[in-house]
Amino acid sequence: MSSRGRDRGRVGRGKGRSFDLNIALAKQASRAVVTACAMGLLLFAAMPVSSGTPTPGSSGEAAAHWPSPGRDAALTRFTPLADISPSNVASLKLMFTHSTGILRGHEAAPIVVGDTMYIVTPYPHRVEALDLTHAGRPRWRFDPQPDAYAQGVACCDVVNRGLAYANGKVFFNTLDNQTIALDAANGRELWRFRSGDVKAGETRTMAPLVVDGRVFIGNSGSAFGVRGWLAALDESNGKELWRAYSTGPDAEVLIGADYRPFYAKDRGTDLGVTSWPRDGWKIGGGTVWGWISYDPKLDLIYYGTSHPAPLNAAQRPGANRYTSGIFARDARTGMARWFYQLSPHDEFGYGAVNENVLVELEWGGRSRAVLLHPDQNGYVYVIDRASGEVLSAEAFAPINTSTGVDLSTGELRYAAAKQQRLGTVVRDICPGAAGAKSWQPSAYSPRTKLLYIPHQNLCQDQQVMQTSYIVGTPYLGSISQMKPGPGGARGRVTAWDPVAATARWTIDEDLPVWSGALATAGDIVFYGTLDGWFKAVDARDGRRLWQYRTSSGIVGQPVSYRGTDGKQYVAVLAGVGGWAGAVVAGELDVRDGSAAGGFAGALPDLKYRTVRGGMLYVFALP
Amino acid sequence: MCSRFPEHVAQIAGPYRRHACQALVAAVVGAILAGCERETRGFEHSLDAARIAPADDASTNARVAHDERNAYALAAGKRLWTWYNCAGCHAHGGGASGPALTNNVWVYGSDPAALYRSIADGRPNGMPAFGTRLSNDQIWQLSAYVRSLAAIAPQDAAPNRDDAFLTRTPESFMDPQPALGPVPSSSGSSR
Repeated sequence: MSSRGRDRGRVGRGKGRSFDLNIALAKQASRAVVTACAMGLLLFAAMPVSSGTPTPGSSGEAAAHWPSPGRDAALTRFTPLADISPSNVASLKLMFTHSTGILRGHEAAPIVVGDTMYIVTPYPHRVEALDLTHAGRPRWRFDPQPDAYAQGVACCDVVNRGLAYANGKVFFNTLDNQTIALDAANGRELWRFRSGDVKAGETRTMAPLVVDGRVFIGNSGSAFGVRGWLAALDESNGKELWRAYSTGPDAEVLIGADYRPFYAKDRGTDLGVTSWPRDGWKIGGGTVWGWISYDPKLDLIYYGTSHPAPLNAAQRPGANRYTSGIFARDARTGMARWFYQLSPHDEFGYGAVNENVLVELEWGGRSRAVLLHPDQNGYVYVIDRASGEVLSAEAFAPINTSTGVDLSTGELRYAAAKQQRLGTVVRDICPGAAGAKSWQPSAYSPRTKLLYIPHQNLCQDQQVMQTSYIVGTPYLGSISQMKPGPGGARGRVTAWDPVAATARWTIDEDLPVWSGALATAGDIVFYGTLDGWFKAVDARDGRRLWQYRTSSGIVGQPVSYRGTDGKQYVAVLAGVGGWAGAVVAGELDVRDGSAAGGFAGALPDLKYRTVRGGMLYVFALP
Repeated sequence: MCSRFPEHVAQIAGPYRRHACQALVAAVVGAILAGCERETRGFEHSLDAARIAPADDASTNARVAHDERNAYALAAGKRLWTWYNCAGCHAHGGGASGPALTNNVWVYGSDPAALYRSIADGRPNGMPAFGTRLSNDQIWQLSAYVRSLAAIAPQDAAPNRDDAFLTRTPESFMDPQPALGPVPSSSGSSR
């Protein structure tokens, strides 16, 4: 641990508090009456902390680890481990559990490096390192003590989408706009980066991506009219290297000579200002709360921007760039390479923050480097990573807000019937504001060449009205109430063939599937349901092979790793919450169908089917 | 008006017709005046330079008792609810990033003075302070509206109807019972 870090911890902001369990045990032991027992405990406590230091590769293969929520910078969420297979998964058994002690939505992925698992909870973001050689016994804990005020301005539950491990450090964000680096060996704080004001409605929920000494982070709060940005921090000290805003003049969006969008509609000077009413871009949303992926060959990062603010689109005539689109940026300088706006002048609150999964596809007889993006607007986009050309955009869910994507111009063809009309209720908008799919990340298997998309099937009634921007309050101008989509099944898992641009198979779920997906080399796909079932299905045909009922609804991201005992493990955090689970996590009153941003209308039964509470579950073959 | 008194009534009233007419008018006017308490309007909404915190005194209690039984005060509170983006966090009472206000769970208390303080000064878990944006009168109107929404205030006065589509029972028909009742027979099983 560096002296700088120690000074921070003491003088610092008096905020961080880490708790070494070895020391605690030693103190406890010194008070013990039975000397022999105390001696034994002391011997245990005196064991060097370094025995718990995770060393990447210590258990042999890289395949053993799961170092970041997407597992790799391509965000495949695919493990090369194949011990668990369709033939033996039925005997999968629970190995251990670990309560997080927190009641809100657990959206994070457990991270595994060497013999240690790292977990981060929703607010107040307790970080724990668990010893996998001792059934998850805690090695250290860290409490960042975030500002309680952040809870009230987080639109969709007080979630955290995960931490990331790199170079002996773990990095995570806090709801009150901090990014914190800890020494992975002992949980000591190394640095904190703070930027953003909860009193203005700004929060930070996304998982950072760490690549080549840079930590990429973005903000949340489009529902409060927060201006979106993505920033790169120096991994060694937390200093901001550059920041790229999603709206505003080119100089602040980091658009320069290298900017070459594929479509004419995305070209022009200062479009981040001119596609808005006067000063609208300053309170126009476009936050960056989803996933960031990285292509090392092109040295480009990819991420989506959230929806524009307010939701009442009549108050922001124009295309509202650069919201609801995908940016490709130079990972070193941050300068934009291309941008593609998926939902221009977004009237439905879709945004485009969903994951961009980087894969190589056989396309038209040759191999192409593409990104796969299942968007909230209901289409799976296949986009050329280098040029930004949309190769295909086909519907994976029921859509009536648009009729398709024109591949020659890149334009989304909106359907007039579902467009906003001030003072009028527009009914049966599909998909609703949560999208055909929200943050919940899909997984890609290079074996089956399918993208496994966890998603929902919800529509909504909506009415927009004039609203005022009041700093620190929601900037919406909209009332909505969701309802089950066509067919009545509120959730679905879709195995999407990106080359054929069609679904290979689908699984209907009664409740929205708000968990991430995990694909394994054993050709199994794992996901969880809002009422707490953790399920394994055959990656080739969707046949259900195994399921286990956890203590609370699952909105987390399942992962898989090889333990030091050589076994393949599967882990997931249960703990209902997130936007979909907020009706339970926030103890909301579903008699009001507009509660939880309209989710109460679609999920009046959820509170009868699950209760809140964070719990880690780890499974393996006996 | 009394000259157009209905003929059959006039026959019954006979020679006392004019007196009966006057008595009826007086009764109607009296009834209207009695009901007018629900409709009185205050017009002094200055943003007070020095806001006076609510006290447990007669004037505060009288103020609350008036607003909670006054349709104009409740309607004004409802308008402020929309104008000041309360619905963005609390929906139409069911809650979102802010807590539900209709489920009988009150983090900071449900008495009028506690609500006044929550609105005026904010709360540390993310409730913004509106004391510099609203006058005393407006804060009282808003807290009266919140209490009517939660069905903990008298429900004999109602605010105006919603401008947008209704996502819950109208305020004056809200049920004070907690939200979680018995398990509906249609749910509770996994597919």
